[in-house]
Amino acid sequence: MAFLTFKNVQITGISACVPRNIEKNSELTSLIPPEDIDKTINNIGIKEKRVADDSTCASDLCFSAASQLLGDMKIDKNSIDVLIFMSQAPDFYVPATAPILQNRLGLPNSTACFDMNLGCSGYLYGLSLSFSLAMHENIKRVLFLDGETFTKVVSKKDRVNAPLYGDAGTATLIEKSHSADSYFSLFTDGSGKDALFIKAGGARYPSSESTLEETLREDGNIRSDHQLFMDGIDVFNFTIRVVPKNILEILEYSKQILEDVDYVIFHQANKFMTDFFAKKLKIPAHKVPYCLDRFGNTSSASIPLTIVSELREKIEGKTTVILSGFGAGLSWGSALLNIGGCHISKLLEY
Amino acid sequence: MEEKFLGIVAEALEKDLKSISIKDNFRDYEEWDSLAVLSIMALIEENYGSTISREHLNNCQTLEDLFNLVSKDRR
Repeated sequence: MAFLTFKNVQITGISACVPRNIEKNSELTSLIPPEDIDKTINNIGIKEKRVADDSTCASDLCFSAASQLLGDMKIDKNSIDVLIFMSQAPDFYVPATAPILQNRLGLPNSTACFDMNLGCSGYLYGLSLSFSLAMHENIKRVLFLDGETFTKVVSKKDRVNAPLYGDAGTATLIEKSHSADSYFSLFTDGSGKDALFIKAGGARYPSSESTLEETLREDGNIRSDHQLFMDGIDVFNFTIRVVPKNILEILEYSKQILEDVDYVIFHQANKFMTDFFAKKLKIPAHKVPYCLDRFGNTSSASIPLTIVSELREKIEGKTTVILSGFGAGLSWGSALLNIGGCHISKLLEY
Repeated sequence: MEEKFLGIVAEALEKDLKSISIKDNFRDYEEWDSLAVLSIMALIEENYGSTISREHLNNCQTLEDLFNLVSKDRR
């Protein structure tokens, strides 16, 4: 399937919400030797991130973002026909979180609500499904909520992952409009399932006393089976192999050239990595917005968060963007679309 | 060809070209850390068009091993 074209559908609004609490990487001196901290911060490009407290879930951040967006745009709640919640941090295993959000937001019972679960490619997947649904005659509006709280599943004793992740929740409104065509590509490689991995707590390896124990691992880091493992080399190998190629593929499919694209928004994983992509593809720096330094890697929420934090004042009548997401699965995807005229709410703090 | 490779390694590790040789055991370098690994991989991909898997990297001890791997895999 890989490549999709959508007609007369557009993103009409985006909002984002981040926790108020800031954690600075310069304060990780108990984990990373002080002489190495500056170099680490420089290379990953992350100075600080927002961390949700114990009582705050991804759904709460999305609820705030959604409430603000619907209020700002004066959207009639009865016009929302689908609510999708994309997250790898659902409130519960049962029920799905989307119905809980339907109730909190006061959406009608006629709203179809469901969760989606993917990592850093999640925004592309959820957005393409939202576009697909919004094209349907009987679907007026799709509210796509994408939120993550990876700080809750990263070990504080993990030198690799502790500096990387931050939390955020976002809301995107998709509906019919007379817009330029939108293009998407979606790919998968499940042979890479171990590259980004939380082993226990699911059906395959249920929770037990031993899975909860934090132990010293082969890579020299300390974590439990409920905390994120990332194989940096395998992930980097994967991204340099697929991401630049995928950007070229979406340009070719949409019959556009880089010169006509206003911004390329990469999933905010690691500055070294995305600088490499931009350099390889010869994308001028002013076309590659970053919010990584202040918010860290917020997984599937990073693309909409970047749009809200960096492009709010820069959207014109026609603004063509390429979106590129890649991560756990392994899974990746890209989109080329026009976000001109889209309402972007002011970044919220929770 | 070997010279070009040594130049790449020196660039990735921010070391003086004169201070490295093809027979060196790269894990002995003070500068060898996880970020150095990514830098080398990025430069290898840029210059030779190939990606080195972690498994292959684990089987290399010297810069010569790495060079042979990269030259063999060259597209």
